[in-house]
Amino acid sequence: MAKLRGRGIAAICYPTGMNLGGDPSQTVIVARPDGTFVVNVASVELGQGLRTVLSQIAAEAIGASVEDVEVRFGDTQLAPHDTGTFASRTTHRMGNAIVKAGQEIRQILLDIASKILEVSPQDLEIKNGKIWVKGVPDKSITVREVASQAQFVYNTPVVGKGHYVKPKSIVDPDTGESDPHSTMAHGCVVADVEVDTETGQVTVLQLFTVYEVGRAINPKLVEGQIIGGAVMGLGAALRETVYPRYPQITHQTKSFREYVLPTAGDIPKIIYKIVESPTPTGPYGAKGVGEMVANGIAPAIVNAVYDAIGVQITELPITPEKVLKAIREKSQSVNEHRV
Amino acid sequence: MSDQFSVVGAPIKNVQLLGHVTGSTQYVDEISFPGMLWVKAVRSPVARGKIKKIDTSKAEKLPGVVRIITAKDVPNNIHVNMAVIGIGPPDEPVLPEDEVKYKGEAICLVVAKDEDTAAKGAQLVEVEIEELPPVLDMEEALKPSAPVITKWGINAFIYGSGMDGATMPGRPGRPFFLVKRGDVEAAFKKADYVVEGSYLIPPIEHAPIEPHVCVAKPEPGQRLTIYTTTQAPYFVRDNVASILKIPPSNIRVVAPAVGGGFGGKVDPEFEMQVAVAAMCVGRPVKWRWTREEEFTISTTRPAIKIEIQDALSSSGLILGRRARLLHDSGAYTRTSPYGVIKSTVNLSGPYHIPNVYYEGYCVYTNRQPSSAMRGYGVFEVSYAVELQMERDARKLGIDSWEFRFKNAYRNGQVTATGRLIDDAYLIEVMKVAAALSGVSLPHHLLQMSSWG
Repeated sequence: MAKLRGRGIAAICYPTGMNLGGDPSQTVIVARPDGTFVVNVASVELGQGLRTVLSQIAAEAIGASVEDVEVRFGDTQLAPHDTGTFASRTTHRMGNAIVKAGQEIRQILLDIASKILEVSPQDLEIKNGKIWVKGVPDKSITVREVASQAQFVYNTPVVGKGHYVKPKSIVDPDTGESDPHSTMAHGCVVADVEVDTETGQVTVLQLFTVYEVGRAINPKLVEGQIIGGAVMGLGAALRETVYPRYPQITHQTKSFREYVLPTAGDIPKIIYKIVESPTPTGPYGAKGVGEMVANGIAPAIVNAVYDAIGVQITELPITPEKVLKAIREKSQSVNEHRV
Repeated sequence: MSDQFSVVGAPIKNVQLLGHVTGSTQYVDEISFPGMLWVKAVRSPVARGKIKKIDTSKAEKLPGVVRIITAKDVPNNIHVNMAVIGIGPPDEPVLPEDEVKYKGEAICLVVAKDEDTAAKGAQLVEVEIEELPPVLDMEEALKPSAPVITKWGINAFIYGSGMDGATMPGRPGRPFFLVKRGDVEAAFKKADYVVEGSYLIPPIEHAPIEPHVCVAKPEPGQRLTIYTTTQAPYFVRDNVASILKIPPSNIRVVAPAVGGGFGGKVDPEFEMQVAVAAMCVGRPVKWRWTREEEFTISTTRPAIKIEIQDALSSSGLILGRRARLLHDSGAYTRTSPYGVIKSTVNLSGPYHIPNVYYEGYCVYTNRQPSSAMRGYGVFEVSYAVELQMERDARKLGIDSWEFRFKNAYRNGQVTATGRLIDDAYLIEVMKVAAALSGVSLPHHLLQMSSWG
């Protein structure tokens, strides 16, 4: 009995947004009396960091300080329509809507600031909560002050509206000819594994993952997705199914006792790198990243086990039982061949 | 971070973080109202059967039970689901009238003063069911001899006739989604090698920390507020409005912070049942699914079986590919027809394959409905394609990296569906991955690019 090592790779692409499009997102950004901003979206904060990412996009588009932007989410009474938070769509779809809304506000701010500073709007710069005269950084005013004065002095509403939809692509039923996606993100995973030929246990030693995300609006949150996705992929590769005897429905799992998710102690070393190739369709070039990061892990691990034991197991999850069976069948066929 | 931007590209801290780690983030389960009642379901013990009788008399006598809700209490007993975006026909009742199609399907609801009483009441409801043989295996389901479990005479979704939300109406349909490009027969005739593989992903649970929780609160004037763990508040609003037969604008859906979704909270799965219960009793009603319900009732990733045949040249190119994909939708449609299209159009992976023939089947079985899960449709395809790529490379005796570099799609080529590729970047990504994992790629691969 031995411990065999193997390496496997997987290369993937993943579309951003709903397949075939037709999934609109809409937003309204409004200034409060104190010159801070509220971004209203019906998208949902699921733990992925949507409020943070969308506040960064809004702050960039307006020219506001990110601390002065609050994203309010998940309420059909307060926010206009959004298709939903899935399909790796929110950063891209809602992000695009927010860029448009933010740019409307930016223009309002520049117009008001030009009156306050008595220069033409084209001579002004706006960034990070500050508006100043080009080349004269001392001649400046805060975005907060301008947004507030717009309401109290200049009788101007500070409201920006934005909408984004990739128009729905109609499919040719005889060929499938269509334009299903707005942009593709890419990834490549390398997995190193060790297989215990006595127990059939597969240990993932390390995962190298590289993802091209267009633009990482917040690299720390992209990292969160990468690690979470890797663990989800690892569980799918080695352990998880609700029907262990699929297609039969007996032995269906009912609790975490039978359905054993990977936990902190099972997470291998994950070495990752984020690559940027901005897409013209996305907000500041961003593509969707939330789902792709789960997709390459299982095939890389299964290919690594293939490399280690010389048998490709094709049905997930590759439990110790399946690994042992594969090793035995292989050694039997070798023995038969010798006879 | 580039100077080009002030805050895009900055690794700032998640603004929700402090709330999460101090326990002050508000989730749906923390929402409560005076006079609020609780719901539990009476569930089918069998995977397929005819409902003969529902006897609620004993349950009604249990102190604390306020109301038993059955199909006849539902104003419009059809779960429209993805019909709101053109995928149909709607095929799932809010509560079944005469038949159950999966083990655990809710037959009726017990509304009571608290969770325990609702659960006890549910145990007292007596349901008589004539069990029928279930359809569980996708290949069996597609055979003409299989019992038909859909309303349209075949255990597969019909594509091409406009009900798939993808094609124009007016043409006859077929039981699979088709992608066809080039001359696949000629490619296989020309091939030096043909490599086959068959791959299976079983149903997988999303397993978010937070289960499904919903509170529906009737408001004056036929209005309703629904607090729920959804990824798509407007889907919930439009579905519930159709079921209650009230204008969507009468319904407010609030999704406060949601404790993980992973696709499992895209479908309106139970909000309509809570909403019907709340409207019937005129009081706020809450339903909190147990972990067991998360596993056995809530959607799963679909089981997907993919068979691939590749026509290969001895020089290491994929000349053509045939694929057949079976997607286990479970008992009802939900998002599956959409998922199958997404899978089928992506069966080439990130590779240039000039001649393809792909069939994608959305198959119905007597199991809990499947739906979206992280990577929906493509997670499964990436798995099958990358295992197939490894088989192909071994058959050809070519290094795994080299085989992928050679076949990687380039800008200026077109996809299987005829879309011009303008954002290919796989070769560059593979170069970074090779370097990161200590692989020295040969010079001729390092020379390659997505633009040449």
